[in-house]
Amino acid sequence: MIEVKDLVKKYGDTTAVDHLTFTVEPGRITGFLGPNGAGKSTTMRLILGLDRPTSGTAFIDGKPYRELRDPLRYVGALLEARAVHGGRTAFNHLLYLAQTQGVPKRRVGEVLDLVGLGPVAGKRTKGFSLGMGQRLGIAAALLADPQILILDEPVNGLDPEGIVWIRDLLKALAAAGRTVFVSSHLMNEMAVTAEHLIVIGRGRLQADMPVTQFIAQFSDTAVLVRTPSALEFRAAVEGRGWKVTPAPQDGSLIVTGSTAEQIGELAAERGLVLHELTPQRASLEEAFMELTRESGEFAHRPVPPMRAGAPGTPVAEESQTMQEVSDGRQQ
Amino acid sequence: MAASSSSSILAPVAADGAGTGHAHFGRLLLAEWTKLRSVRSTYWSLILLIIVFPFFCWLFPYLTVANWKQASATQQANLMLDPIGQVMAPGQYLGQLSVAVLGVMVSASEYSTGMVRSTLLASPHRVRMLAAKSVVFFLLVLVIGEVVSFAGFFIGRQTLKSLITVNLNSGDIRQVVGGGLYLAMLGLFALVLGSLIRHVAGAITGIVALLLVVSGLISLIPGRTGKYLYTYEPTNAGFAIIAKHVPDNFLLSPWEGYGVFALWTAVLWVLAAWLLERRDA
Repeated sequence: MIEVKDLVKKYGDTTAVDHLTFTVEPGRITGFLGPNGAGKSTTMRLILGLDRPTSGTAFIDGKPYRELRDPLRYVGALLEARAVHGGRTAFNHLLYLAQTQGVPKRRVGEVLDLVGLGPVAGKRTKGFSLGMGQRLGIAAALLADPQILILDEPVNGLDPEGIVWIRDLLKALAAAGRTVFVSSHLMNEMAVTAEHLIVIGRGRLQADMPVTQFIAQFSDTAVLVRTPSALEFRAAVEGRGWKVTPAPQDGSLIVTGSTAEQIGELAAERGLVLHELTPQRASLEEAFMELTRESGEFAHRPVPPMRAGAPGTPVAEESQTMQEVSDGRQQ
Repeated sequence: MAASSSSSILAPVAADGAGTGHAHFGRLLLAEWTKLRSVRSTYWSLILLIIVFPFFCWLFPYLTVANWKQASATQQANLMLDPIGQVMAPGQYLGQLSVAVLGVMVSASEYSTGMVRSTLLASPHRVRMLAAKSVVFFLLVLVIGEVVSFAGFFIGRQTLKSLITVNLNSGDIRQVVGGGLYLAMLGLFALVLGSLIRHVAGAITGIVALLLVVSGLISLIPGRTGKYLYTYEPTNAGFAIIAKHVPDNFLLSPWEGYGVFALWTAVLWVLAAWLLERRDA
């Protein structure tokens, strides 16, 4: 179990982690989510005793990491930046880590085989691809068979097969009663992996709840409506207290705070003609963006609309639609 | 489903398959030894030392013998007064560079590669880790240093045979043994510097400047202040261990000089340990 209590980390004037409090329970995968620069890696480094907190505490099974006497048997960690000397072979990198805790040498070969690096065990790691480096990091994390896994962006650089593999691995570990704490900036990845979510933005806790509750709470549905009698329709909908915003194209409208059924019934009641009535699928990704839109350190402007026919047009339109949808909800 | 996938995807960990017990000092010594012997820079630096040290212990005596007739009276007198020192100094002076560079690399490269995070995750008791690293590296350089010192001495003695018979009296053995002692302490000094500066190029520049520039330049400062600075500059203080008689501007005995070098190293080590505990990795 990982317990973070009122954790603060400041670098000069910048507050990277701002009074974070949460608990990571064993037996399930807890996703740690936030945009780039939200403070995920810093929080993990604080939990692992690599950085000193400005204030607050982080405990592993009731103790600070630095007081663990055989830390690798408690916690296996994969950090975002590569923590390997490129001139050392994969085997020797794991061997010295194993020796610090008295892990038998044969275990090194076992974990290398487990992550699929058996054939390159004797190769120096500077020639490794990002994905291989990531697998080596995972091997190091699993080396001493720890009860807790802390993985910072484990799917980075992995191919689709590798992503499925790590997903299954994490699920198996959680099913075996281990504590699994995984960070990501990709909401959809977390949606299929994690059961519980801790979301941060600008170092502050934004949400700490099961994935299902997160979706229900943060993704209210939007419905796209096209109607020739836009003015009357708008008045009717706003009369019910729902919100209407014009969609970017062809004068259609986006209604939020209601369902397609309710809107259809309202239109029938008032005798208004509808040409289209489409529920917009509110994904977890949108819910996440909605929640953290204001809190990303590197908040960016929406992609400007591109000239028709220019490469990338569909992408631009799609992202703009999404932007408008969330703008609508903000008003 | 969960059970079957867990048995197929997780490595079968037998009872006690991951070992037991904590990360004690002995284990850290073994791990640091593994780290040291598993990178090429260790081999390159030590091979360079093994070649360079004895080579210059041969070259300078060889040139001395070849040019003996043209040599000044002072040069001739210097050789007669302290033949061992004259043999050892060139090898020591050039051989020390590879030890200094390796010492820096051993600690600072952990920061440049990011490996220090792996190391500290395995050994969050940071001072214990630094101690293990220091002991392993000091002992390794001591052993290799003694080997090259004695090799250099015997090669130099052979070379000088036609001019002078050099005997290794009990009083003089300090000069040869001191060669290894100096290199070992210098290696530790460089390791500590690398740990303080945490930047390979910066720390190498620092130590090479100290060894080749500052140590000599400082002797130009006139008066008693100059003598103090010259004597207590760490590498000058340590280097005195290979001389039979210390130079006029050196205020201590050879052993005292070595003590000063050791003290410098100890003080910086404590500072490095304190900063290691405090700084973010």
